[in-house]
Amino acid sequence: MLFNQNDTIIALATPHGTGAIAVIRLSGKNCFTIVEKVFFTKNKKAVNLQSKKSHTLHFGLICVEEIIIDEVLLSVFKNPHSFTGEDSVEISCHGSTFIQQQILQVLTAKGARMAQPGEFTLRGFLNGKFDLSQAEAVADLVHSNSAVSHQVAMQQMRGGFSSKINILREKLIDFAALIELELDFSEEDVAFADRSALKNLIHSIQSILEKLIQSYELGNVIKNGIPVAIVGKPNAGKSTLLNILLQEERAIVSDIPGTTRDIIEDEITIGGVLFRFIDTAGIRDTTDVIEQIGVNKALDAMQKSAIVIYLFDAHELSKQDLIVETEKIKTHIGNSQLLMVCNKIDTENLAELQSEFSDMHPILYISAKNHLYIDDLKNKLVALFDNRAVHVTETVVTNARHADALRKANSSLYRVVEGLNQQVQTDLLAQDIRYALEALGEITGSVTNNDLLAHIFSKFCIGK
Amino acid sequence: MQSSYDIIVVGAGHAGCEAAAAAANMGSRVLLITMNMQTIAQMSCNPAMGGIAKGQIVREIDALGGYSGIVSDRSAIQFRMLNRSKGPAMWSPRTQNDRMMFAAEWRKMLEQTPKVDFWQDTVNALLISKDGKRVEGVVTGMGLAFHSKAVVLTNGTFLNGIIHIGEKNFSGGRTGEKAAYGITEQLVQLGFESGRMKTGTPPRLDGRSIDYTKTEIQEGDAFIDKFSYLENTSPFMGEKAKKQTPCHITYTNPQVHDILKTGFEKSPMFAGRIQGLGPRYCPSIEDKINRFSERERHQLFIEPEGWDTVEIYLNGFSTSLPEEVQLKALQLIPGLEKVKMFRPGYAIEYDYFPPTQLKLTLETQLADNLYFAGQINGTTGYEEAACQGLMAGINAHLKINEKESLVLNRYEAYIGVLIDDLVNKGTDEPYRMFTSRSEYRLLLRQDNADVRLTPISHKLGLASAERLQCVEKKTANANKIIDYFKNNSIEPSEINPFLESINSSPIHQKVRYHNVLSRPNISIPDMLRYCNHLDKNISSFDKETIEQAEILMKYEGYIERENENADKLKRLEELKLRPDFNYDAVHSLSAEAREKLKKIKPQTLGQASRISGINPSDVSILMIFMGR
Repeated sequence: MLFNQNDTIIALATPHGTGAIAVIRLSGKNCFTIVEKVFFTKNKKAVNLQSKKSHTLHFGLICVEEIIIDEVLLSVFKNPHSFTGEDSVEISCHGSTFIQQQILQVLTAKGARMAQPGEFTLRGFLNGKFDLSQAEAVADLVHSNSAVSHQVAMQQMRGGFSSKINILREKLIDFAALIELELDFSEEDVAFADRSALKNLIHSIQSILEKLIQSYELGNVIKNGIPVAIVGKPNAGKSTLLNILLQEERAIVSDIPGTTRDIIEDEITIGGVLFRFIDTAGIRDTTDVIEQIGVNKALDAMQKSAIVIYLFDAHELSKQDLIVETEKIKTHIGNSQLLMVCNKIDTENLAELQSEFSDMHPILYISAKNHLYIDDLKNKLVALFDNRAVHVTETVVTNARHADALRKANSSLYRVVEGLNQQVQTDLLAQDIRYALEALGEITGSVTNNDLLAHIFSKFCIGK
Repeated sequence: MQSSYDIIVVGAGHAGCEAAAAAANMGSRVLLITMNMQTIAQMSCNPAMGGIAKGQIVREIDALGGYSGIVSDRSAIQFRMLNRSKGPAMWSPRTQNDRMMFAAEWRKMLEQTPKVDFWQDTVNALLISKDGKRVEGVVTGMGLAFHSKAVVLTNGTFLNGIIHIGEKNFSGGRTGEKAAYGITEQLVQLGFESGRMKTGTPPRLDGRSIDYTKTEIQEGDAFIDKFSYLENTSPFMGEKAKKQTPCHITYTNPQVHDILKTGFEKSPMFAGRIQGLGPRYCPSIEDKINRFSERERHQLFIEPEGWDTVEIYLNGFSTSLPEEVQLKALQLIPGLEKVKMFRPGYAIEYDYFPPTQLKLTLETQLADNLYFAGQINGTTGYEEAACQGLMAGINAHLKINEKESLVLNRYEAYIGVLIDDLVNKGTDEPYRMFTSRSEYRLLLRQDNADVRLTPISHKLGLASAERLQCVEKKTANANKIIDYFKNNSIEPSEINPFLESINSSPIHQKVRYHNVLSRPNISIPDMLRYCNHLDKNISSFDKETIEQAEILMKYEGYIERENENADKLKRLEELKLRPDFNYDAVHSLSAEAREKLKKIKPQTLGQASRISGINPSDVSILMIFMGR
């Protein structure tokens, strides 16, 4: 057995460290009796938590042997109406690390066990509180660190993704039933499926599948942050810009070209969107072996980024050089969006620069060192993200296993279409349809052969 | 009179006959008890064997060394390979049979099996050990006790059978035959759960009163195949080949439906006199017009009952309406205007035992050494019954000889699919096999049942050495052909005229034979005809061998993928669940899942995953508990 399920588990539900308040969570059949041992009213009277209604709040004190540890608010959840499906208590205490540790200690001393990572979610899953995809969404929710990824996870937890897949599955079952009908009842007087209608049906299913698969790429980006590579010639000010964006000293900043020899990454939320910035070594032809490695990494980072910021020094490049550089960059960035940023401007030369480069790829003008127009850059980043038509109300796939299942379903359907075009035999078509159903079943639970037959019997007059 | 046997088989229908023959051929002394020696191996319903999915089962029975294939071949009056236009997984052999000859051939096979004894009598009780846990024999209507180490019950529709025609109903196991009593009540007392099922059959007609000119004719195949993998079993092959008998097709019409509707208020189905559930895929004609009122006609097959009889079976017209309504409706059908009935259609209700009470060997969980096969398990169909009888006979013999049981997997045989479905999912309506019930349809083909199953059966001592040699030869020769096709090339000039003639694009340089064969609409015989350099030894191989090689090459990719899929199941099947696993300790399982798991006692996680009411999260939970 992996986990004992009969005991009461406890864990800090808020992040480690000091905050205004912290929440400590307990779950298990003894959680009320355990908490009752240390929870008292303001007048130090004992409290019978078992008798309280579910979803109620109780103010009181956590005390051990007359010593008050903290004033807390206690939320009571009765099984099965809790996250885990078990009796649960959440204690909102003051956020000092010391208080958190004290409360955890007294409660474990009274019989609670520190939870393993994911154990609350596991219990919820084992108690049937959510299906597999919802459980996975909870994990995503816990780890979401931007407003957008939070919304995606919330939506999935409420079953949005499952219900979308269920609709697809229903359509496919219809289709599969038509095909199975032809196979098992060919001797009967039944009208057979119109192949072009079948093809249309598959196309409509595929278009939804493809959208979902594409959304994974996006979903992944939302979850892990949109990768933004900052590239440019050595000493164009890339590290300075990164520091400004991250608002902390992260990259090594110096005036010696080529200081940043490795890739430096960090995440920051701008306008509710998580960006992952990648500072790269300057790109130039070099004979220094170590620096060459950095340059190669930079090229690689550009390929993988959604957005590439090409930063250049307003004083260094002539227009002709810039055009050459831009073309060079464009050959390296693949499908990423290019954002040209002219650094080291000052208010006097801005208009001049703007007119000089007016007929080029749009350029933003900033001064990283002097914090000039940094907000414009941030707004532009958020705008680029929005331009990718991400609407969080739409279903976004964030889970690698789901994306894989969707891809499998889609490629099976491709084989079906191919088979229809080549007029392969129906039983061979049926195989790929079944694989597609099976793949979707990995997300929502499988379709049994009985389901298919029941579908046939309900719709068609079968039987000699 | 001998009163002690190794195995007693109760009932001599398709299940009973196979059970008796298999157990005796493996070495057990068998007593076959039937109420009437004259009705051994009756085709109680349609005079046909095989068909889609069912034909594959007959091939599997034959591959395992059962007799249904041979008997069906010898008594055939027509052969068709259904679904030829579809892929090889769908090819399904079917015969129309001479009803009387079928029974006679079966009786001959059994009489030629030395270790089978016969006794004509009714069994109305089982002998049960004192602790109530083990069967030890049977007691008959004549008051005789027969002792045995194992008993196979194949009671068909006879247990508390009631026949319905219109408002009339009377007890009976088949028309004109008595029902059987006592066994259900005794088993229920032992703790068994029983239920009622219903099935029906159409009227039998006088062929002399049918005008065939108003019907469509349906001939047998021009190229004959057969069920058995053994030679010389078909009457349509060889020098003395007989000519096949055709069937005919006609249709109902709205006037027929109107007449049938006048009988609805007297219908035992609609009036609720029949409680048992009938099969959805084999509905009565009244059910069809009631449920699918938009259909203006339903197809009917006029099937001859044999070589030398005028009796006709009207397939598609199963009914339990009053006999005068049946006749009036029939006479409005084209070709049947002047038809005479030999006997009306009827419905029959009978006892069955929900098969979730069985082990995968068909032994009951409650009583050791007691086996059930056929309709008693809630199935319908001769083929379904026969294969269960065969498996029950084999397993009863193995059990009393303390040998490891034979359980076929879902990827090995339709027989495996059938028994796995019965035991794990149970059934509310009479269970019939469909190819769609199998996840591995492309593996379970009629052309390779011998390759799949004969070696297994030979090892158990059932399939003969001759059968095994046939399979080994076929496999070796098919591999030779495949090797040749994969390693030798064809000149464009040889094949291009043929390719052009079937609108397939010509080749421009030498390519492997295999490449050309993988195109649609090209067969090995085609290539033998056009390619002068193709090894002529290949044309000397028999048709089945060539076909086997062709299927394995043409559908290689599909078959490979199906094999990969089967491997996934194999992995789940390898996760064994202990029979004493305490499901009650796993609180997270749903109450329904816990009940089902306790009842069925699955042997593997794979089996558990197929139990109805067990959903994927239950399987995940079990996996977590098993520490996977």
